[in-house]
Amino acid sequence: MGEAEAEGGRRAATEARDRLRFEEDALEFADQVYRVARRLVSSREEAEDLVQDTYARAFRSWRSFTPGTNMRAWLLRILTNLNLDRGRKVQRTPDLEPLEEGDYYLANKLAASDGEQVLEHERVVERLSQDGIVSALSELPHDFRDVVVLVDIGEFSYADAAQILDVPIGTVMSRLHRGRRILKHKLADESLS
Amino acid sequence: MSADDPCEKCEQMLQPFLDRELSPVEVVEAEEHLNACEYCRRRYRFEESLRRYVRLTASERMPPGLLDKINQLRGQPESV
Repeated sequence: MGEAEAEGGRRAATEARDRLRFEEDALEFADQVYRVARRLVSSREEAEDLVQDTYARAFRSWRSFTPGTNMRAWLLRILTNLNLDRGRKVQRTPDLEPLEEGDYYLANKLAASDGEQVLEHERVVERLSQDGIVSALSELPHDFRDVVVLVDIGEFSYADAAQILDVPIGTVMSRLHRGRRILKHKLADESLS
Repeated sequence: MSADDPCEKCEQMLQPFLDRELSPVEVVEAEEHLNACEYCRRRYRFEESLRRYVRLTASERMPPGLLDKINQLRGQPESV
């Protein structure tokens, strides 16, 4: 075997090993990726498809991942882009009602419905049903929901969420703030209806 | 409310505080205020438990079998 051939063989072996390691590392995040995906689409089947499409693309383009950077964020970036491609763009953001009552609308409503002067009890939130929370999340306008799901379910930092969604960090913060506010209004309406 | 109102400031800080996005100096400032202000402390507890509850109830584990399906996607030809 010639020198060049041997060198080529060694390189191929190294690459194969790198790729294998990449795949193993990526698989470690499957559950976390699914948890975010599940809240971005309406059914379990859709979430499974989205996660599989994400991994198919990630495995094919493993070379574009920079080792040492945040792989979970990298995977979620692929996922949110694929989700966008799935025709979300045509969906119109619904008109938003003004939310003058601010952040503590839900807390105040729940407390008031309980005859409490103040929102003392932590248990107060447990009156909210799981279905109610899931449906309130799914009804959020998409731009807001993406940020809320990434930060609250995916536990991403503002900076990571900004990178994943390719928006400035200030946009993440304002969408998060507004999205959580809308969520709380929906939960308040649901819990009192 | 003026911008100097501590509760106004606390309201601005509460969300990033819960998200662990404040600088160390801001964290100390927020904690000092929370220690001193019963009203904000209640709001903080409420927000914290709501967030935890949302995370708990809306976070759904990967269905069995999905990992196998993903595993089968390995080793496909690369995109260039």
